[in-house]
Amino acid sequence: MTLSTLWFIIIGLLFSIFLFLEGFDFGVGMSTRFLAKDEQERAALMSTIGPHWDGNETWLVTAGGAMFASLPLWYATLFSGYYILFLLVLVGLILRGVSFEFHKHAETRTGKNLWMWAFFAGSIIPPFFLCMILLSMVQGVPINANGDAFPKFFDVVNLLSVVGGVAGVLLSLVHGLNFIRLRIEGPLRERARKLNQILYPILFLGEVVFAVLVFLQTDFFTKRFGTSLFITALIVLFSLLGYYGVLKDREGWSFVGSGLSLSMVIVLLFNGLFPRVMIATNPAHSILIKNAANSQYTLTIMTIVACILVPIVAIYFIWSYSLFTKRINPRENAVKY
Amino acid sequence: MLTLGLSIVSLARFQFAMTTVFHFFFVPFSIGMGFLVAIMETIYAVKKDKVYLDMAKFWGKIFLLSFAVGIVTGIIQEFQFGMNWSEYSRFMGDVFGAPLAIEALLAFFIESVFIGIWMFTWDRFKPGVHAFMIWMTSIGTMLSAIWILAANSFMQHPTGFKINNVTHRIQLTDFGAVVRNPQLWKVFPHVILAAFMTAAVVIAGMSAWGLLRKKKDENHFFKTSLRFGLWASLIFALLSAGAGDLQTQQIIKDQPMKFAATEGIYEDTKDPAPWTIVELIDAKDHKASGKIEVPGVLSILAYHKLSGSVKGMNSINKELHAKYDKKFGKDMNYFVPPKTLFWSFRVMTGIDALVMLIALVGLIFSRKKKDTIENHKWMLVVLGIAIWLPFIGNSAGWFITEFGRYPWIVYGLFTIAQAVSPTSTVASLLFSNIVYFLLFTLLGGVMVWYCRQTLHHGPYYEEVDSKQNVDPFAREAFGK
Repeated sequence: MTLSTLWFIIIGLLFSIFLFLEGFDFGVGMSTRFLAKDEQERAALMSTIGPHWDGNETWLVTAGGAMFASLPLWYATLFSGYYILFLLVLVGLILRGVSFEFHKHAETRTGKNLWMWAFFAGSIIPPFFLCMILLSMVQGVPINANGDAFPKFFDVVNLLSVVGGVAGVLLSLVHGLNFIRLRIEGPLRERARKLNQILYPILFLGEVVFAVLVFLQTDFFTKRFGTSLFITALIVLFSLLGYYGVLKDREGWSFVGSGLSLSMVIVLLFNGLFPRVMIATNPAHSILIKNAANSQYTLTIMTIVACILVPIVAIYFIWSYSLFTKRINPRENAVKY
Repeated sequence: MLTLGLSIVSLARFQFAMTTVFHFFFVPFSIGMGFLVAIMETIYAVKKDKVYLDMAKFWGKIFLLSFAVGIVTGIIQEFQFGMNWSEYSRFMGDVFGAPLAIEALLAFFIESVFIGIWMFTWDRFKPGVHAFMIWMTSIGTMLSAIWILAANSFMQHPTGFKINNVTHRIQLTDFGAVVRNPQLWKVFPHVILAAFMTAAVVIAGMSAWGLLRKKKDENHFFKTSLRFGLWASLIFALLSAGAGDLQTQQIIKDQPMKFAATEGIYEDTKDPAPWTIVELIDAKDHKASGKIEVPGVLSILAYHKLSGSVKGMNSINKELHAKYDKKFGKDMNYFVPPKTLFWSFRVMTGIDALVMLIALVGLIFSRKKKDTIENHKWMLVVLGIAIWLPFIGNSAGWFITEFGRYPWIVYGLFTIAQAVSPTSTVASLLFSNIVYFLLFTLLGGVMVWYCRQTLHHGPYYEEVDSKQNVDPFAREAFGK
């Protein structure tokens, strides 16, 4: 395996970790509007991810940085090609990021509401448009010889990309509810479970539609039938595991299941892309990993750096989660946010 | 077509300037704030003097506000290189991505994880252990500054690379040289010390406003904070001026055009070189008039010697043409925007000097033996207004750094005009400019408003508040 392929895998891994972690952040943010009944419960929900969301988002920043550092031609084409969608993702992330701090300081009801709505919007917009970008990209877009992508409106907005966006939002919501079941006690926790009982069947339906559209709209199943089928099956299997956890009231299994489902979506897309990073309508202009990659020297340095730093990060990252395991009761110990 | 091309470049440049300047309002502020709060909490952990705990908590709130705006405006930066400057990303990817990725892995994770722990564990850890969390956060913010400045320093003064003959892109040959870049180790101390000064001035200024409220129970708190802020302002204003002087020596070597412009010199000077305090610049005809000069001083500033002339922009322009015409053509304009640089430099250094003066006077008025600062209301007001000075100074410094690189995006290798995304359109850039502008205005306004509100509540608000806090929630819980 070449170093550039290794970095393709690392970027995929970083995105998978990002979706696993930030996925439940997004879901918690979405749930504030229909799971919480009052301001106190909303604040309790927000506080479940209070210590973690910034660290979780750093995985996205790292994935972007890794892309720039190892496959810059991919980074350049993707980000400039999907300009408006990335702008929307940014706006969502910005609104969400400040809402934690600003909500704490808001004193009037209007102020609190404003930042809670910003939190809600900022939790739906990024997963929707990120998934939309990914699912549009894998269908192939017009790319010129210089590597500039010029996706037209229906390259970006089409059945698969919209279904992908909705699926990303739904899966994040389900994942977030599973996280709430882990971190909250009392009626709120039970409500999260009940809501997931309704959402899982819808999710299964969505996954089937998604799989069929991926089959029809991309070349994944013609190029890599075996692995694509296997990973698609894994997405469904992990969702089933999550559903099992809902039915048996075992939130640990639910959380692992929904998180891995999200991660597997990235694995499916990266598996289908390989050995390309951008698929062009004219196959001659598709960008391959080996052409998008940096020099051997830079990749070697980045590999050494990553081998040293990632394990260290992983250790204190997991340790930080272990500090906040006590369940939050919205009526008692939560409202620090 | 030409006008359209130009406006895409200028719109993209405007966007970069706007987003980085706005980001750079909050970044030095939070780097400095994190550092000073860490010191406060450490003093508490050692001396067990409760006022330092109150200070760490209160100024910690301001730190968190600035940190929040700092990170969200930072994400834009990382995306922006790909979105607006895709040709730059392609050209520079081999060099530029590495420091950015290391910044994320090494710095962003430390700061984001430990700040999360710090803000939620006031009651859980012993003071020393809790102070460790803010120190980690603070170290994270400073590491982040090193890596992003490493990337920027390469753009100012490329080292450790070659141009690949096949792809015509930059290829890294010596990572050590990128990290050892002399520009980096000259600019980093200057930036970091200015960041400390920024936070110190804000702490002193807000404490001055706090003292003006004349609340007896807060007097000790704000007085201690004021003295703390003033001392830090004085020390870091002095140090950042010194660091700036060292950085200037490097700029004279690497980017003489930038230096000549900050001093408004068109023609080579006499020997020893006089220092121009003010002058009228005619950027069109490349000359200056109405100079007010101090003889000999520029030689001291530039070379730390009593002699030596300084090259003017006109002759540097000729040299640059001789050097680069073969590759970039005769039509290049190598003059950097002289008025912007000349006046930015005076604003930046003037503000630094002003901060030293104000801090000194403030320290004299509030000295332990004869503390009369509350009788000098005007002094408190001056300190309160001075809050804004370092922000203007920081932006001016950033202007010098970035405008002074014109017309290059990577010095001597790649021009700004070459770097823009070919996919960019006027419409999309206009749209994103408007969105960012509105969003930033909102964020900046709200952030300042909440800082003001936090000050208005004073340091002991929360303790009172938590006792009464039951009511509003209860109404919501049972009212419906």
